[in-house]
Amino acid sequence: MTLDILHPFSITFMDMMNFATHIGLAHFLLLSAVLFAIGLFGLLTKRGIIPVLMCIELMLNAVNINLVAFNHYMPVDDYSGELMAIFAVAVAACEVAIGVALAFRIYRDRGTVNVDDLNSLKG
Amino acid sequence: MDFALTHAYLIPLLPALAFVVILAFTRLDKKKSAAIAISMMSVSFVLALLTAGAVLTDHLVMSATYIAKAVWVTIGGIPISMGMLVDPLTAMMLFVVTTVSLLVQIYSIGYMAHDPGAGRFFAFLSLFSASMLGLVISVSFIQMYAFWELVGLCSYLLIGFYYYKDSAREAAKKAFITTRIGDFGMLLGIIACQVAFGTVDFMELRSIVPQYVWSSGTSFLTIVGILLFIGPIGKSGQFPLHVWLPDAMEGPTPVSALIHAATMVVAGVYLVGRAYFIFSQLPIVMEIIAWVGGFTAIFAASIAITQRPFKKILAYSTISQLGYMMLALGVGSLTASMFHLMTHAFFKALLFLCAGAVIEAMNDEADIFKMGGLRHRMPTTFACMTIGVLAISGIPPFAGFFSKDMILAAAREVSMPLYIIATITAFMTAFYMARLLFVAFLGDVKDDCPAEETNAFMRWPLVVLAALSVVSGAAGHFLDFGEWIHYGPYHEEAIDPVIAGVSIVLTLIAYGLAYEIYVKKRWSAMEISHRLGFIYTLSYNKYYVDEFYALVRGAFIDGLAAVCYWLDVHVVQAILDGLAHVVSLVSEILSIAQNGQVQRYVAVFYCGVIVLALYGIYYAVRVLGILGGAF
Repeated sequence: MTLDILHPFSITFMDMMNFATHIGLAHFLLLSAVLFAIGLFGLLTKRGIIPVLMCIELMLNAVNINLVAFNHYMPVDDYSGELMAIFAVAVAACEVAIGVALAFRIYRDRGTVNVDDLNSLKG
Repeated sequence: MDFALTHAYLIPLLPALAFVVILAFTRLDKKKSAAIAISMMSVSFVLALLTAGAVLTDHLVMSATYIAKAVWVTIGGIPISMGMLVDPLTAMMLFVVTTVSLLVQIYSIGYMAHDPGAGRFFAFLSLFSASMLGLVISVSFIQMYAFWELVGLCSYLLIGFYYYKDSAREAAKKAFITTRIGDFGMLLGIIACQVAFGTVDFMELRSIVPQYVWSSGTSFLTIVGILLFIGPIGKSGQFPLHVWLPDAMEGPTPVSALIHAATMVVAGVYLVGRAYFIFSQLPIVMEIIAWVGGFTAIFAASIAITQRPFKKILAYSTISQLGYMMLALGVGSLTASMFHLMTHAFFKALLFLCAGAVIEAMNDEADIFKMGGLRHRMPTTFACMTIGVLAISGIPPFAGFFSKDMILAAAREVSMPLYIIATITAFMTAFYMARLLFVAFLGDVKDDCPAEETNAFMRWPLVVLAALSVVSGAAGHFLDFGEWIHYGPYHEEAIDPVIAGVSIVLTLIAYGLAYEIYVKKRWSAMEISHRLGFIYTLSYNKYYVDEFYALVRGAFIDGLAAVCYWLDVHVVQAILDGLAHVVSLVSEILSIAQNGQVQRYVAVFYCGVIVLALYGIYYAVRVLGILGGAF
């Protein structure tokens, strides 16, 4: 390997210091990825409908952070990322309203909000 | 006079309007319906007269016509136009159709006086007139086909007018289906025209066809011509699709007069005449037309001789005369055919209307041998009937003489056998018409005969038609009908004394024979029929054509249906059942995966996303070469 091509994964001490002291795009992406992973984990493991909905919100917000961060750090001259994030927030609000309403209905009908029991569509 | 030409579209439009108004508003009111129908028809009649006048004064001839058309629809990039084409042929047809239509509608006031369905009757008559007039002024095959089907529909509706009678329903169905067989052939012909020439417009075809024949010969066009001719075979009652026409007599008699004698059945003849620029280029098709016409003429005449119901005799006579017209077309004389069409429309309508008056007066008794001596009871009808018989038999100076003579002369020029057939047919025509007249009107009045002269509405149209039957032939002859309506170069038609003499002598012999048999009773008719035995039975039973068709249907169609049924049950059904079985089996296996657990779905979905993402990276690295040696 020649010296003029830097291998991205050959991380030096300076790199680590730089990362620790300068907040950049990578930090936001990392935060977003962590949030998304937490949300996904919750979505797959939680049993109640309300926690599942909350996890979905988490994943959506992870995406929003991504959008805003890219819009800020990448060379774009408009605010499409922010706009998209605002749209996503609005849609998420609707989704929560409907989701919670559905959860209430399901609880009234079935007496449970355990997603394992909501399997009447199984083949 | 230009007004009449530019507004010729009103001629079919007004009766159509009458149809709509009657059906929508005045159906239950007999008098109003009749008034609307007849007033509209009268205006059409006047317009038709004006159109004919305009054609004569503007010197429109067959090669210089008045055309107005507009694109109706565009299907698949092919524009289909509706419009009007006015030439002497059209003008003649418009005149004939509106005249007969008007007279028949006036007659129907009397005929339908006691029928509760009279409003409906006038509506249908108006629709028929509109369709027929639309057919006459058509500019293209497609327009003609549309109206052709419409007149077929009206024929169906009017034959089945007494829908509560079983026989009427059956006859209506038979007429519709039989003509449909012909129509289908014609549709194929029209499509073939469109494919071959890219147009179905008469005037465009007229200029294309000769070049086409010159460059590519007649082989393909012959097939097109034969297919097109199948339509007229069905519509104009030519052998072997003539079987519907006698049964169509189940309809009210004015319908028989208007549709099944004077106008609709000549639509086939008119079509051949209109498309003569195609047919006349094809010697084989012309031969077929001539022989189909000639055979139909003699065939139907030989059946008419033995029939007993009044209208059946006239029906076979109509078939025979239509055969005459086809024969004339086949031997290349458009003039003779159209001339005979015109005179025949008048005298055959007259005969049918007389038949209606007689049958009505006899309280629906149709058998001529149960009539007799009607001339004492119905003198006007008798006089008109006599004129009709003289006209159809071709006695000068009545109308049939001139037109029939022209056909005989045209046939004589082309083919001796056809001339002989036509002459024998003329002899038979004279015989059976004389038989009809003598049996029904001469002799003694039967004791229980209820007949008396009909009302004025039914009498005056007879008189007018009788007058037309007298003068139309002579007028056509002396005013040079052929100068206006002809195809190719015009040449003066002169009466050949030999041909005319032979036909007159034969007609008189036939009259004498009929007189001796049916009035003097010198020879017993029963005796003769027994002597003739087999031939008589054959003719009396119409050569068993209907029975033959029934047999063919039984053996062939029912057999085919049985085979199809077996195939359907044991092959098609089995294949479909098998397929359904396989599908349900597979879906049962797949449905195990669908366990209703949302989180499982999400997990699977996310796994899929990961796989896609990995593939995306792989694609970017290996195929597009992005991220050079990053990994």
